[in-house]
Amino acid sequence: MSNRRRIKVLISVIGLDGHSTGAEIVSRFLMDAGMEVVYLGIYQTPEMIVSAAIQETVDVIGISSHASNYEQIGLLIDLMKKDNLNDIPVICGGTIPKQYAEALIKKGVSKIFPPQSTSESIINYIVSSVKR
Amino acid sequence: MVNSVVKKIVNGDVRVAAKLIRDIDDGAPGTREILKALYRHTGNAYIIGITGAPGVGKSTVADQMVHALRKNGKTVGVLAVDPTSPLSGGAILGDRIRMQRHSLDEGVFIRSLATRGQFGGLTQSTRSAIDVVDAMGKDYIIVETVGVGQDEIDIAKSAHTTVIVVVPGMGDNIQAIKAGIFEVGDIFLINKSDRPDAEKTLNDLKAMIDITRKRFKKEGWEPPILMAEAVGNKGIVELLNEIEKHRKNRKALSRESIIRHKKAIARFELIDMIKSRLVEEALNHIINSLEFKKYLDCIIDGTKDPYSACDELLSAKLNFLEDENTE
Repeated sequence: MSNRRRIKVLISVIGLDGHSTGAEIVSRFLMDAGMEVVYLGIYQTPEMIVSAAIQETVDVIGISSHASNYEQIGLLIDLMKKDNLNDIPVICGGTIPKQYAEALIKKGVSKIFPPQSTSESIINYIVSSVKR
Repeated sequence: MVNSVVKKIVNGDVRVAAKLIRDIDDGAPGTREILKALYRHTGNAYIIGITGAPGVGKSTVADQMVHALRKNGKTVGVLAVDPTSPLSGGAILGDRIRMQRHSLDEGVFIRSLATRGQFGGLTQSTRSAIDVVDAMGKDYIIVETVGVGQDEIDIAKSAHTTVIVVVPGMGDNIQAIKAGIFEVGDIFLINKSDRPDAEKTLNDLKAMIDITRKRFKKEGWEPPILMAEAVGNKGIVELLNEIEKHRKNRKALSRESIIRHKKAIARFELIDMIKSRLVEEALNHIINSLEFKKYLDCIIDGTKDPYSACDELLSAKLNFLEDENTE
Protein backbone atom coordinates (compact mmCIF):
# COMPACT_ATOMS: atom_id res chain seq x y z
CA MET A 1 0.00 0.00 0.00
CA SER A 2 2.21 2.78 -1.24
CA ASN A 3 -0.58 5.31 -0.78
CA ARG A 4 0.23 5.29 2.91
CA ARG A 5 3.47 7.07 2.18
CA ARG A 6 3.85 10.55 3.64
CA ILE A 7 6.51 13.16 3.07
CA LYS A 8 8.56 13.55 6.25
CA VAL A 9 10.30 16.85 6.85
CA LEU A 10 12.70 17.88 9.61
CA ILE A 11 12.36 21.53 10.66
CA SER A 12 14.95 23.13 12.92
CA VAL A 13 16.49 26.40 14.00
CA ILE A 14 20.27 26.19 13.97
CA GLY A 15 23.05 27.49 16.20
CA LEU A 16 22.65 30.35 18.63
CA ASP A 17 19.31 31.36 17.21
CA GLY A 18 16.17 31.42 19.31
CA HIS A 19 13.73 32.74 16.70
CA SER A 20 11.27 29.88 16.64
CA THR A 21 8.15 31.55 15.22
CA GLY A 22 9.07 31.16 11.54
CA ALA A 23 9.98 27.50 11.98
CA GLU A 24 6.77 26.85 13.88
CA ILE A 25 4.60 28.51 11.24
CA VAL A 26 6.31 26.56 8.47
CA SER A 27 5.86 23.33 10.48
CA ARG A 28 2.19 24.10 10.84
CA PHE A 29 1.44 24.71 7.18
CA LEU A 30 3.46 21.69 6.12
CA MET A 31 1.32 19.62 8.48
CA ASP A 32 -1.78 21.17 6.93
CA ALA A 33 -0.39 20.12 3.55
CA GLY A 34 -0.39 16.51 4.76
CA MET A 35 3.27 16.16 5.66
CA GLU A 36 4.81 14.75 8.81
CA VAL A 37 7.06 17.30 10.43
CA VAL A 38 9.71 16.42 12.98
CA TYR A 39 10.19 19.71 14.78
CA LEU A 40 13.48 20.01 16.66
CA GLY A 41 13.12 23.53 18.07
CA ILE A 42 15.88 26.06 18.67
CA TYR A 43 19.64 25.98 19.40
CA GLN A 44 20.36 22.85 17.38
CA THR A 45 23.90 22.03 16.31
CA PRO A 46 24.61 20.50 12.89
CA GLU A 47 25.45 17.23 14.70
CA MET A 48 22.09 17.15 16.47
CA ILE A 49 20.24 17.82 13.21
CA VAL A 50 22.14 15.08 11.35
CA SER A 51 21.54 12.60 14.16
CA ALA A 52 17.81 13.36 14.18
CA ALA A 53 17.63 13.14 10.37
CA ILE A 54 19.12 9.65 10.52
CA GLN A 55 16.96 8.41 13.39
CA GLU A 56 13.79 9.81 11.82
CA THR A 57 14.54 8.92 8.14
CA VAL A 58 13.38 12.28 6.79
CA ASP A 59 13.00 13.27 3.15
CA VAL A 60 13.88 16.96 3.47
CA ILE A 61 15.61 19.19 6.04
CA GLY A 62 14.36 22.74 6.52
CA ILE A 63 16.50 25.25 8.42
CA SER A 64 15.18 28.53 9.71
CA SER A 65 17.83 31.22 10.09
CA HIS A 66 17.33 34.66 11.63
CA ALA A 67 20.61 35.25 13.41
CA SER A 68 23.29 35.60 10.71
CA ASN A 69 24.66 32.15 11.52
CA TYR A 70 25.18 31.00 7.95
CA GLU A 71 28.40 29.17 8.81
CA GLN A 72 26.36 26.73 10.86
CA ILE A 73 24.34 25.89 7.76
CA GLY A 74 27.59 25.36 5.86
CA LEU A 75 28.82 23.07 8.61
CA LEU A 76 25.57 21.13 8.40
CA ILE A 77 26.08 20.60 4.66
CA ASP A 78 29.67 19.46 5.25
CA LEU A 79 28.59 17.04 7.93
CA MET A 80 25.81 15.63 5.75
CA LYS A 81 28.29 15.00 2.95
CA LYS A 82 30.61 13.26 5.39
CA ASP A 83 27.75 11.09 6.65
CA ASN A 84 26.49 10.24 3.15
CA LEU A 85 23.26 12.14 3.60
CA ASN A 86 23.67 14.43 0.59
CA ASP A 87 20.63 12.89 -1.07
CA ILE A 88 18.47 14.73 1.49
CA PRO A 89 17.72 18.24 0.17
CA VAL A 90 18.35 21.09 2.62
CA ILE A 91 16.15 24.15 2.27
CA CYS A 92 16.52 27.37 4.22
CA GLY A 93 14.27 30.25 5.10
CA GLY A 94 14.54 33.45 7.07
CA THR A 95 16.55 36.65 6.87
CA ILE A 96 19.43 35.58 4.66
CA PRO A 97 20.99 38.40 2.59
CA LYS A 98 21.37 37.76 -1.10
CA GLN A 99 25.17 37.39 -1.19
CA TYR A 100 25.06 34.84 1.66
CA ALA A 101 22.18 33.05 0.00
CA GLU A 102 24.22 32.64 -3.17
CA ALA A 103 27.16 31.32 -1.21
CA LEU A 104 24.94 28.79 0.55
CA ILE A 105 23.49 27.57 -2.74
CA LYS A 106 27.03 27.10 -4.02
CA LYS A 107 27.80 25.20 -0.86
CA GLY A 108 24.97 22.73 -1.54
CA VAL A 109 21.77 24.16 -0.08
CA SER A 110 18.97 23.22 -2.48
CA LYS A 111 16.80 26.28 -2.16
CA ILE A 112 16.49 29.43 -0.07
CA PHE A 113 13.15 31.02 0.65
CA PRO A 114 13.56 34.71 1.45
CA PRO A 115 11.04 36.72 3.50
CA GLN A 116 7.71 37.13 1.63
CA SER A 117 7.91 33.58 0.25
CA THR A 118 4.45 32.02 0.06
CA SER A 119 3.55 28.83 1.84
CA GLU A 120 2.51 27.39 -1.54
CA SER A 121 5.97 27.95 -3.01
CA ILE A 122 7.57 26.10 -0.09
CA ILE A 123 5.05 23.22 -0.16
CA ASN A 124 5.37 22.85 -3.92
CA TYR A 125 9.14 22.85 -3.78
CA ILE A 126 9.19 20.14 -1.13
CA VAL A 127 6.70 17.98 -3.00
CA SER A 128 8.64 18.25 -6.24
CA SER A 129 12.02 17.61 -4.65
CA VAL A 130 11.01 14.41 -2.86
CA LYS A 131 11.58 11.33 -4.97
CA ARG A 132 8.28 9.52 -4.95
CA MET B 1 18.54 -8.94 1.13
CA VAL B 2 16.41 -9.84 4.14
CA ASN B 3 19.34 -11.45 5.92
CA SER B 4 21.70 -8.53 5.45
CA VAL B 5 19.07 -6.07 6.72
CA VAL B 6 18.39 -8.24 9.76
CA LYS B 7 22.10 -8.61 10.44
CA LYS B 8 22.65 -4.87 10.27
CA ILE B 9 19.76 -4.13 12.61
CA VAL B 10 20.89 -6.73 15.13
CA ASN B 11 24.34 -5.12 15.01
CA GLY B 12 22.68 -1.83 15.90
CA ASP B 13 22.81 -0.06 12.51
CA VAL B 14 20.72 3.04 13.22
CA ARG B 15 20.20 3.99 9.60
CA VAL B 16 18.92 0.61 8.49
CA ALA B 17 16.68 0.27 11.53
CA ALA B 18 15.28 3.77 11.06
CA LYS B 19 14.66 3.10 7.38
CA LEU B 20 12.80 -0.11 8.20
CA ILE B 21 10.56 1.72 10.66
CA ARG B 22 9.83 4.25 7.93
CA ASP B 23 8.97 1.47 5.47
CA ILE B 24 6.69 -0.19 8.01
CA ASP B 25 4.90 3.12 8.47
CA ASP B 26 4.59 3.62 4.73
CA GLY B 27 3.39 0.07 4.17
CA ALA B 28 6.26 -0.52 1.74
CA PRO B 29 6.44 -3.99 0.20
CA GLY B 30 8.97 -6.41 1.66
CA THR B 31 8.85 -5.18 5.24
CA ARG B 32 6.84 -8.17 6.40
CA GLU B 33 9.52 -10.62 5.32
CA ILE B 34 12.12 -8.65 7.23
CA LEU B 35 9.91 -8.52 10.34
CA LYS B 36 9.43 -12.28 10.15
CA ALA B 37 13.17 -12.84 10.15
CA LEU B 38 13.77 -10.17 12.76
CA TYR B 39 11.30 -11.59 15.23
CA ARG B 40 13.60 -14.21 16.69
CA HIS B 41 15.99 -11.43 17.73
CA THR B 42 13.32 -9.74 19.81
CA GLY B 43 12.09 -10.29 23.35
CA ASN B 44 15.09 -8.98 25.23
CA ALA B 45 14.12 -5.37 25.82
CA TYR B 46 12.01 -4.25 28.75
CA ILE B 47 9.13 -2.22 27.37
CA ILE B 48 7.76 0.70 29.37
CA GLY B 49 4.62 2.47 28.21
CA ILE B 50 4.08 6.09 29.23
CA THR B 51 0.65 7.42 28.57
CA GLY B 52 -1.46 10.40 29.56
CA ALA B 53 -3.28 13.45 28.21
CA PRO B 54 -1.41 16.03 26.11
CA GLY B 55 0.62 18.44 28.24
CA VAL B 56 1.01 16.30 31.36
CA GLY B 57 4.75 16.00 30.76
CA LYS B 58 5.18 12.55 29.22
CA SER B 59 8.15 13.58 27.08
CA THR B 60 9.86 15.28 30.01
CA VAL B 61 9.32 12.20 32.18
CA ALA B 62 10.71 10.05 29.36
CA ASP B 63 13.71 12.36 29.00
CA GLN B 64 14.54 12.12 32.70
CA MET B 65 14.09 8.35 32.64
CA VAL B 66 16.48 8.06 29.71
CA HIS B 67 18.98 10.20 31.61
CA ALA B 68 18.75 8.00 34.71
CA LEU B 69 18.90 4.74 32.75
CA ARG B 70 21.95 5.92 30.83
CA LYS B 71 23.67 6.75 34.12
CA ASN B 72 23.19 3.10 35.01
CA GLY B 73 24.76 2.10 31.74
CA LYS B 74 21.56 0.90 30.10
CA THR B 75 20.76 1.54 26.45
CA VAL B 76 17.37 3.00 25.62
CA GLY B 77 15.02 3.30 22.67
CA VAL B 78 12.22 5.84 22.72
CA LEU B 79 9.17 5.67 20.47
CA ALA B 80 7.16 8.87 20.74
CA VAL B 81 3.72 8.73 19.17
CA ASP B 82 1.96 11.97 18.24
CA PRO B 83 -1.46 12.33 16.65
CA THR B 84 -2.02 12.64 12.90
CA SER B 85 -4.36 15.44 11.84
CA PRO B 86 -7.60 13.78 10.75
CA LEU B 87 -8.15 16.58 8.24
CA SER B 88 -4.84 16.84 6.41
CA GLY B 89 -3.17 13.53 7.30
CA GLY B 90 -0.11 15.49 8.38
CA ALA B 91 1.42 15.70 11.83
CA ILE B 92 3.82 17.74 13.90
CA LEU B 93 6.10 15.43 15.84
CA GLY B 94 7.59 17.54 18.59
CA ASP B 95 8.60 15.11 21.30
CA ARG B 96 12.29 15.27 20.47
CA ILE B 97 12.39 18.85 21.75
CA ARG B 98 12.24 17.56 25.32
CA MET B 99 14.91 14.93 24.68
CA GLN B 100 17.53 17.01 22.88
CA ARG B 101 20.33 16.27 25.28
CA HIS B 102 20.30 12.61 24.23
CA SER B 103 20.47 13.27 20.51
CA LEU B 104 24.20 12.63 20.24
CA ASP B 105 24.26 9.66 22.62
CA GLU B 106 24.79 6.45 20.66
CA GLY B 107 23.16 4.47 23.44
CA VAL B 108 19.86 6.21 22.78
CA PHE B 109 17.60 5.81 19.76
CA ILE B 110 14.68 8.21 19.56
CA ARG B 111 11.98 7.88 16.94
CA SER B 112 8.80 9.90 16.43
CA LEU B 113 5.74 8.17 15.03
CA ALA B 114 2.48 9.67 13.81
CA THR B 115 -0.71 7.79 14.59
CA ARG B 116 -1.63 7.65 10.86
CA GLY B 117 -3.53 4.39 10.69
CA GLN B 118 -7.21 4.37 10.16
CA PHE B 119 -7.89 0.70 10.81
CA GLY B 120 -6.04 0.17 14.04
CA GLY B 121 -2.84 0.57 12.08
CA LEU B 122 -1.21 2.47 14.89
CA THR B 123 -1.09 -0.57 17.08
CA GLN B 124 0.42 -2.66 14.32
CA SER B 125 3.10 -0.25 13.17
CA THR B 126 4.05 0.76 16.70
CA ARG B 127 4.37 -2.87 17.71
CA SER B 128 6.54 -3.54 14.67
CA ALA B 129 8.65 -0.49 15.52
CA ILE B 130 9.06 -1.88 19.06
CA ASP B 131 10.28 -5.15 17.51
CA VAL B 132 12.85 -3.30 15.40
CA VAL B 133 14.23 -1.35 18.38
CA ASP B 134 14.16 -4.52 20.48
CA ALA B 135 16.21 -6.34 17.83
CA MET B 136 18.72 -3.46 17.87
CA GLY B 137 19.52 -4.67 21.37
CA LYS B 138 18.29 -1.76 23.47
CA ASP B 139 17.86 -2.69 27.15
CA TYR B 140 14.77 -0.54 27.60
CA ILE B 141 12.16 0.77 25.19
CA ILE B 142 9.98 3.65 26.28
CA VAL B 143 6.77 4.01 24.27
CA GLU B 144 5.09 7.34 24.74
CA THR B 145 1.47 7.73 23.65
CA VAL B 146 -1.40 10.12 24.17
CA GLY B 147 -3.77 8.05 26.25
CA VAL B 148 -6.89 8.41 24.19
CA GLY B 149 -8.66 5.75 22.19
CA GLN B 150 -8.61 2.00 21.87
CA ASP B 151 -5.36 1.84 19.91
CA GLU B 152 -3.43 3.45 22.71
CA ILE B 153 -4.94 1.16 25.30
CA ASP B 154 -3.91 -1.75 23.08
CA ILE B 155 -0.33 -0.48 22.96
CA ALA B 156 -0.33 -0.16 26.72
CA LYS B 157 -1.28 -3.82 26.90
CA SER B 158 1.87 -4.72 24.98
CA ALA B 159 4.15 -2.90 27.44
CA HIS B 160 5.67 -4.77 30.35
CA THR B 161 5.01 -1.84 32.66
CA THR B 162 2.57 0.94 31.86
CA VAL B 163 2.95 4.29 33.58
CA ILE B 164 -0.04 6.61 33.54
CA VAL B 165 0.89 10.26 33.95
CA VAL B 166 -1.62 12.78 35.30
CA VAL B 167 -1.35 16.34 36.60
CA PRO B 168 -3.19 18.04 39.47
CA GLY B 169 -6.08 20.34 38.89
CA MET B 170 -7.47 18.66 35.81
CA GLY B 171 -10.67 16.94 36.80
CA ASP B 172 -11.22 16.11 33.16
CA ASN B 173 -7.90 14.39 33.05
CA ILE B 174 -9.11 11.73 35.42
CA GLN B 175 -12.46 11.58 33.69
CA ALA B 176 -10.70 10.60 30.48
CA ILE B 177 -8.69 7.99 32.29
CA LYS B 178 -11.81 6.40 33.70
CA ALA B 179 -12.80 5.44 30.19
CA GLY B 180 -10.48 2.47 30.03
CA ILE B 181 -6.82 3.36 30.03
CA PHE B 182 -6.97 3.46 33.81
CA GLU B 183 -7.29 -0.29 34.02
CA VAL B 184 -4.04 -0.91 32.19
CA GLY B 185 -1.98 1.33 34.48
CA ASP B 186 0.67 -0.45 36.57
CA ILE B 187 2.07 2.75 38.05
CA PHE B 188 0.48 6.18 38.41
CA LEU B 189 2.58 9.30 38.35
CA ILE B 190 1.24 12.67 39.44
CA ASN B 191 3.54 15.02 37.58
CA LYS B 192 3.84 18.76 38.30
CA SER B 193 3.02 17.82 41.89
CA ASP B 194 4.14 21.21 43.19
CA ARG B 195 0.85 22.54 41.89
CA PRO B 196 -2.14 23.04 44.15
CA ASP B 197 -4.62 20.18 44.26
CA ALA B 198 -1.94 17.49 44.07
CA GLU B 199 -3.33 16.05 47.27
CA LYS B 200 -6.83 15.96 45.83
CA THR B 201 -5.59 14.20 42.70
CA LEU B 202 -3.86 11.65 44.91
CA ASN B 203 -7.07 10.96 46.79
CA ASP B 204 -9.06 10.69 43.55
CA LEU B 205 -6.60 8.17 42.19
CA LYS B 206 -6.57 6.18 45.41
CA ALA B 207 -10.32 5.95 45.31
CA MET B 208 -10.26 4.74 41.75
CA ILE B 209 -7.60 2.14 42.33
CA ASP B 210 -9.77 0.84 45.14
CA ILE B 211 -12.50 0.12 42.62
CA THR B 212 -10.28 -2.07 40.47
CA ARG B 213 -8.35 -3.55 43.38
CA LYS B 214 -9.67 -7.02 42.71
CA ARG B 215 -7.82 -7.40 39.45
CA PHE B 216 -4.63 -6.10 40.94
CA LYS B 217 -4.84 -8.41 43.96
CA LYS B 218 -5.03 -11.37 41.66
CA GLU B 219 -1.74 -10.38 40.06
CA GLY B 220 -0.14 -9.53 43.38
CA TRP B 221 0.53 -5.98 42.37
CA GLU B 222 -1.15 -2.88 43.69
CA PRO B 223 -0.35 0.12 41.47
CA PRO B 224 1.60 2.71 43.43
CA ILE B 225 0.81 6.38 43.06
CA LEU B 226 3.91 8.53 42.87
CA MET B 227 4.50 12.27 42.93
CA ALA B 228 6.98 13.89 40.56
CA GLU B 229 8.23 17.17 39.18
CA ALA B 230 9.86 15.88 36.05
CA VAL B 231 11.25 19.27 34.98
CA GLY B 232 13.28 19.39 38.19
CA ASN B 233 14.11 15.68 38.00
CA LYS B 234 12.16 15.00 41.21
CA GLY B 235 10.53 11.62 41.64
CA ILE B 236 12.22 9.94 38.67
CA VAL B 237 14.48 7.65 40.69
CA GLU B 238 11.42 6.55 42.68
CA LEU B 239 9.58 5.91 39.43
CA LEU B 240 12.38 3.73 38.09
CA ASN B 241 12.51 1.86 41.40
CA GLU B 242 8.82 1.07 41.16
CA ILE B 243 9.23 -0.06 37.55
CA GLU B 244 12.00 -2.39 38.71
CA LYS B 245 9.76 -3.69 41.50
CA HIS B 246 6.98 -4.31 39.01
CA ARG B 247 9.42 -6.13 36.76
CA LYS B 248 10.51 -8.36 39.65
CA ASN B 249 6.91 -8.90 40.62
CA ARG B 250 6.14 -10.15 37.12
CA LYS B 251 9.10 -12.49 37.23
CA ALA B 252 8.11 -13.84 40.63
CA LEU B 253 4.69 -14.99 39.45
CA SER B 254 4.16 -18.72 39.25
CA ARG B 255 5.14 -20.46 36.03
CA GLU B 256 1.52 -21.11 35.20
CA SER B 257 0.48 -17.54 35.57
CA ILE B 258 3.44 -16.31 33.55
CA ILE B 259 2.45 -18.64 30.72
CA ARG B 260 -1.18 -17.65 31.09
CA HIS B 261 -0.17 -14.01 30.91
CA LYS B 262 2.06 -14.56 27.88
CA LYS B 263 -0.64 -16.53 26.14
CA ALA B 264 -3.22 -13.81 26.74
CA ILE B 265 -0.91 -11.19 25.23
CA ALA B 266 0.11 -13.38 22.29
CA ARG B 267 -3.53 -14.19 21.60
CA PHE B 268 -4.53 -10.56 21.77
CA GLU B 269 -1.67 -9.45 19.52
CA LEU B 270 -2.26 -12.17 16.97
CA ILE B 271 -5.97 -11.42 16.75
CA ASP B 272 -5.12 -7.76 16.39
CA MET B 273 -2.65 -8.49 13.60
CA ILE B 274 -5.13 -10.70 11.75
CA LYS B 275 -7.84 -8.11 12.22
CA SER B 276 -5.87 -5.24 10.77
CA ARG B 277 -4.63 -7.23 7.77
CA LEU B 278 -8.07 -8.62 7.15
CA VAL B 279 -9.72 -5.25 7.29
CA GLU B 280 -7.06 -3.58 5.18
CA GLU B 281 -7.08 -6.20 2.45
CA ALA B 282 -10.81 -6.77 2.39
CA LEU B 283 -11.53 -3.08 2.41
CA ASN B 284 -9.11 -2.41 -0.43
CA HIS B 285 -10.58 -5.27 -2.37
CA ILE B 286 -14.06 -3.82 -2.01
CA ILE B 287 -13.55 -0.09 -2.33
CA ASN B 288 -11.35 -0.41 -5.39
CA SER B 289 -13.95 -2.47 -7.21
CA LEU B 290 -16.27 -1.25 -9.95
CA GLU B 291 -19.27 -2.47 -7.97
CA PHE B 292 -18.37 -0.18 -5.10
CA LYS B 293 -18.49 2.84 -7.39
CA LYS B 294 -21.75 1.63 -8.90
CA TYR B 295 -23.37 1.18 -5.51
CA LEU B 296 -22.13 4.58 -4.44
CA ASP B 297 -23.83 6.16 -7.46
CA CYS B 298 -27.02 4.24 -6.67
CA ILE B 299 -27.07 5.64 -3.15
CA ILE B 300 -26.66 9.17 -4.52
CA ASP B 301 -29.40 8.52 -7.13
CA GLY B 302 -31.69 7.30 -4.41
CA THR B 303 -32.16 3.95 -6.17
CA LYS B 304 -30.45 2.03 -3.39
CA ASP B 305 -30.30 2.41 0.36
CA PRO B 306 -26.87 2.12 2.04
CA TYR B 307 -27.96 -0.89 4.13
CA SER B 308 -28.75 -2.99 1.07
CA ALA B 309 -25.68 -1.64 -0.71
CA CYS B 310 -23.51 -2.84 2.18
CA ASP B 311 -25.11 -6.29 2.35
CA GLU B 312 -24.98 -6.83 -1.39
CA LEU B 313 -21.41 -5.62 -1.73
CA LEU B 314 -20.25 -7.86 1.06
CA SER B 315 -21.92 -10.95 -0.27
CA ALA B 316 -20.70 -10.22 -3.80
CA LYS B 317 -17.10 -9.43 -2.92
CA LEU B 318 -16.51 -11.58 0.14
CA ASN B 319 -18.28 -14.76 -0.78
CA PHE B 320 -17.50 -16.48 2.50
CA LEU B 321 -19.70 -14.02 4.33
CA GLU B 322 -23.21 -15.30 4.76
CA ASP B 323 -26.14 -13.02 4.41
CA GLU B 324 -27.19 -11.88 7.84
CA ASN B 325 -30.85 -12.47 7.04
CA THR B 326 -30.49 -16.12 6.13
CA GLU B 327 -29.17 -17.05 9.54
